[in-house]
Amino acid sequence: MKPGVLTVYRWELRKLRSQKRTYLGLGAAAVVPLIFVVALVTRGGGPNDVAFGRYVHDTGLAIPLVLLLFGSVWMFPLITALVAGDIVAAEDRNDTLKGILTRSVERQQVFAGKALATLSYAVLAIAVTGAVALVAGILASGFNPLVSLSGTRISAISGLGLVGASLLVYLIPIAAIACIGLLLSTVFRNSGAAIVGTLMFSLLVQLVGILPGLEGLHPYLLSTQYNAWQGLLRTPVDWAPILRAAWVCALYALPALAAASLVFLRRDVAGD
Amino acid sequence: MPDAPPIEVRGLVKRYGELVAVDDVDLAVEPGDVFGYLGPNGAGKTTSLRMMLGLIRPTAGSVRLFGRDPQESVAALDGVSGFVEAPSFYPYLNGRTNLELLAALDGDGSRARIEEALEIVGLSDRAKDRVGGYSHGMRQRLGLAAALLRRPKLLLLDEPATGLDPGGMRDMRNLIRDLSGQGITVLLSSHLLAEVEELCNRVAIVREGRVAYQGSLAELRRQAGSSYRLRTTDDERARQVGAAQSGIEDVDGAPGEGLTFRAASEAAVAGLSLALAESGAPVLELIPRHATLEDLFFQLTEGKDAAGAESPPEVVEEAA
Repeated sequence: MKPGVLTVYRWELRKLRSQKRTYLGLGAAAVVPLIFVVALVTRGGGPNDVAFGRYVHDTGLAIPLVLLLFGSVWMFPLITALVAGDIVAAEDRNDTLKGILTRSVERQQVFAGKALATLSYAVLAIAVTGAVALVAGILASGFNPLVSLSGTRISAISGLGLVGASLLVYLIPIAAIACIGLLLSTVFRNSGAAIVGTLMFSLLVQLVGILPGLEGLHPYLLSTQYNAWQGLLRTPVDWAPILRAAWVCALYALPALAAASLVFLRRDVAGD
Repeated sequence: MPDAPPIEVRGLVKRYGELVAVDDVDLAVEPGDVFGYLGPNGAGKTTSLRMMLGLIRPTAGSVRLFGRDPQESVAALDGVSGFVEAPSFYPYLNGRTNLELLAALDGDGSRARIEEALEIVGLSDRAKDRVGGYSHGMRQRLGLAAALLRRPKLLLLDEPATGLDPGGMRDMRNLIRDLSGQGITVLLSSHLLAEVEELCNRVAIVREGRVAYQGSLAELRRQAGSSYRLRTTDDERARQVGAAQSGIEDVDGAPGEGLTFRAASEAAVAGLSLALAESGAPVLELIPRHATLEDLFFQLTEGKDAAGAESPPEVVEEAA
């Protein structure tokens, strides 16, 4: 069988399964919603100043949505960067590129396999947070109808579907962050620098968003796209922010991905 | 191109800013060669090997492996394997899993072949341990196993015995000899003269990125000529006779300790002994001393003087 992108992808996942950092990220993705729910139950009250914050005691469906809002500041970018920033740099750290690039897969196949593995991990991390938040939230606050951002009542079953869809929409900006992490990992060849760099990028973009006079930029900032899923929770559904998230994130992700792959294809694999 | 040579390198140059790591290297490795790529550390051996494996881009020049360009596609590495510098693996995976990964990237994950490769390098017992806990020598052996997985026709090995204990070195050399016996062409980079002398039929000696000699070891010895030690009844007279004799060079020596000289041929030596007898300084001792490869190696790689560096025993043979 001729090896290709899928071979690389499969082995990248295998390598991720054998590394502590993977579990660090997924563990955080699971523990944060647990802590959040435990705090809600034991301390009462709730984050009333954010969307759905008021309903965290009424329905478990509100919990994952509130976490999406909080997580976008740094938690999800960090969890994503943990693997995205490492996936190429780790090969430099272990000096293993020379081994895999002298087998029967082309560099572009290696890169594509790595990019797919990075995205898969990000999907899994968001899914873990969503699932844990839902289960813990429903145990704590019940499987009850949700009030939409337009003030309408959404049945629990429809609400569950919308939470799932929101998680999917949330993956759009997360994928862009993953691509930026991949770029920094490829360019810096150093995990620490790439992870911190990705996180810094994410935070800086958010800071630009609060500068006075730059409100016009707001719709085009990566950080704004973290809230695109809220369009799903209006009646009728507001697709505009979701469509905008798709193309704005593509504007961040595709050049980063193209630059990363170009660097990876052209680079010298020398000792240090 | 079925008849293309295993390795054909022409005008290969790698420049890093001001530094010229590899400077206009031509190499021709023929089928069945155990080719020694010999030079001191920092002579550019590893950089050349990386270019041959398509890991780094040459600044100029070309590499062809069996006629194919490794810069274009890994397809050029079909039937080619090896390692540069110390072989590296994923430390968090065990030895066998590392090989499984590499075999998968070759498109052939056959378990039997992996076990066979582990067996050949003597790592079967430790294959389930994480590579992170391997000694340098074990990694070196795992590197060879990884190279053997591809059933190569051409093996490129960069300092394969480095870091091995004497027993490990012996095993590695025996293995290379075995592989060569099976018809595998080997390019072996080394800074160890003894290793090259023991294993290789042809060598390229590199110095500061340039090839100072390329050809067979026998030819290298022959070209270097032989030196002799001479004791006569009158060394001072013998020195004058030697200096005047055609085919005799570099007559040297301290009074009372005998002389040394180099001769272009045995006939020249015979002529000298006759001339000595006629001049009244008959020979007491005449002992041929074959130049050791080590002498040649140092002469070629360190170039005691400018002349030595400029004109090694003979210029590189034609790569055509």
